[in-house]
Amino acid sequence: MDNESQYSGYSYKSGHSRSSRKHRDRRDRHRSKSRDGSRGDKSVTIQAPGEPLLDNESTRGDERDDNWGETTTVVTGTSEHSISHDDITRITKDMEDSAHLDCSRHLGVSLAGALALLSFLTPLAFMLLPQLLWREDLEPCGTPCEGLFISVAFKLLILLLGSWALFFRRPKAFFPRVFVFRALLMVLVFLLVVSYWLFYGVRILDSRDRNYQGIVQYAVSLVDALLFVHYLAVVLLELRQLQPQFTLKAVRSTDGASRFYNVGHLSIQRAAVWILENYYHDFPVYNPALLNLPKSVLSKKMSGFKVYSLGEENTTNNSTGQSRAVIAAAARRRDNSHNEYYYEEAEHERRVRKRRARLVVAVEEAFTHIKRLQEEDQKNPREIMDPREAAQAIFASMARAMQKYLRTTKQQPYHTMESILQHLEFCITHDMTPKAFLERYLSAGPTIQYHKDRWLAKQWTLVSEEPVTNGLKDGVVFVLKRQDFSLVVSTKKIPFFKLSEEFVDPKSHKFVMRLQSETSV
Amino acid sequence: MSYVPGQPVTAVVQRIEIHKLRQGDNLILGFSIGGGIDQDPAQNPFSEDKTDKGIYVTRVTEGGPAEVAGLQIGDKIMQVNGWDMTMVTHDQARKRLTKRNEEVVRLLVTRQSLQKAVQQSMMS
Repeated sequence: MDNESQYSGYSYKSGHSRSSRKHRDRRDRHRSKSRDGSRGDKSVTIQAPGEPLLDNESTRGDERDDNWGETTTVVTGTSEHSISHDDITRITKDMEDSAHLDCSRHLGVSLAGALALLSFLTPLAFMLLPQLLWREDLEPCGTPCEGLFISVAFKLLILLLGSWALFFRRPKAFFPRVFVFRALLMVLVFLLVVSYWLFYGVRILDSRDRNYQGIVQYAVSLVDALLFVHYLAVVLLELRQLQPQFTLKAVRSTDGASRFYNVGHLSIQRAAVWILENYYHDFPVYNPALLNLPKSVLSKKMSGFKVYSLGEENTTNNSTGQSRAVIAAAARRRDNSHNEYYYEEAEHERRVRKRRARLVVAVEEAFTHIKRLQEEDQKNPREIMDPREAAQAIFASMARAMQKYLRTTKQQPYHTMESILQHLEFCITHDMTPKAFLERYLSAGPTIQYHKDRWLAKQWTLVSEEPVTNGLKDGVVFVLKRQDFSLVVSTKKIPFFKLSEEFVDPKSHKFVMRLQSETSV
Repeated sequence: MSYVPGQPVTAVVQRIEIHKLRQGDNLILGFSIGGGIDQDPAQNPFSEDKTDKGIYVTRVTEGGPAEVAGLQIGDKIMQVNGWDMTMVTHDQARKRLTKRNEEVVRLLVTRQSLQKAVQQSMMS
């Protein structure tokens, strides 16, 4: 896909955008959502020559600006425009065209940026306009004004730093709907600035007020109000969600892996993003090969029963009666598939353990062949190796055991030889033991551990019965879908705890021998 | 029956000989004991002195060998077949009474009424 680029560049272009983050989010969302080259399926990507394979955000600087009109999405995926040189089959799975939304988002971003810039420059304008327009009439204003100037300067600086800290962050996700709080804040700022300008225009510009100190104080009050709005933004956007109020249970639909998370007050879409962030480092990687019961177990289910009707006339009841009879007969039939499943599992377990033992021994032995060069040792320069060569040298002895183990645990698609070599080199460089080297392979790690391009997918679909900007409530259920699997998330409210106090005097800990056993003889 | 540490214990005792009854695989005596140096003497309903950790008879089954031999509820057992029972744990007492190869146990028991009877006879 060519439309994977993150438009983080825009955010820095748009000045002191207090609330442009929301729009940046929305804009960037479709960038990242459209970057679904890595859906977890193993299809080959056909690239035009000279194009890097599934690259990440930063490398697409020039192309971004040309192609931005093509990239899209709303809730589900990229539009057809974004096909430039990839595998068509990957993109044509349930996509929607939403180019029109893109325009509105850009509009929104620029609007927010303009608003932010305006609100930043307004106090300066308030103070400068009288000086420019009717300088001669102004009363001279000494130390109080200078104090006010300094305070305005510093407050604006603080505002600038605060906005930078709060809003100038690379957005982590695209939300399908408007972020309500941000919209609210934008409206608030707009109203604030407009009302200040109104009063300024009427009271000061028209009447050419001569009291300069009053004008400067007016500007300072605007800056204070803006600072308070910033404080409100901090509380609404950052602090409110921190105190845990709900417990979310996320269950993966294909294999039942589940986790619990504590979150605060969030809207459904933000909670979805939170879950996704934690999904990538908590859940073991989705391995489609591990899902199915072995075929031998499932094969002989309902091998056909034939139903003979002995001279019955009415056919209306027959079909249901027949099917029920078949089902009942099948249920009563002695079913031994659980037996086979059990033995198959035991056998598989044994095989895995044997291969694992072989692997561990091979790796341990391989690691004994190299050691770090000490300064005192005098060695022939030809014998000194860098980590890569050292890794290659010892890889051969463990390659076979590793391959067999990975095959048995069905992990071999996740680890190419190159990746194993790289990991080995990494471990050798950092003086890790064989066990540390092996921890990556002996248990299935979280998705984020594997190579980014293959297993990380950025596009998820949020399915919810309630509008996604609603806050979380007890009992809300929503589903995060990908092509192969989905995460079902349900909400429960954390109960209200009643803590009561009980004082225990340390001197009251006394003990005696216990009881009377009574034994009959 | 109070116990002064370091001084020998003196008591008026009665000899009781119990023939064990065979019930299936077990030899039973027909009473229950309580007490012992590992038990809590304050909970003993039969003892006069609540620090007495001796072995007491807490129940006597009706018609059993113990009742026939004259054992009464509340008796303190001082000796069993020559073994002392004033300073034993509960489990040791049980073991001394339930030895499988002994068919007869000879107990020395004491009770308050014995003491009083002796005192009265001495005074009169």
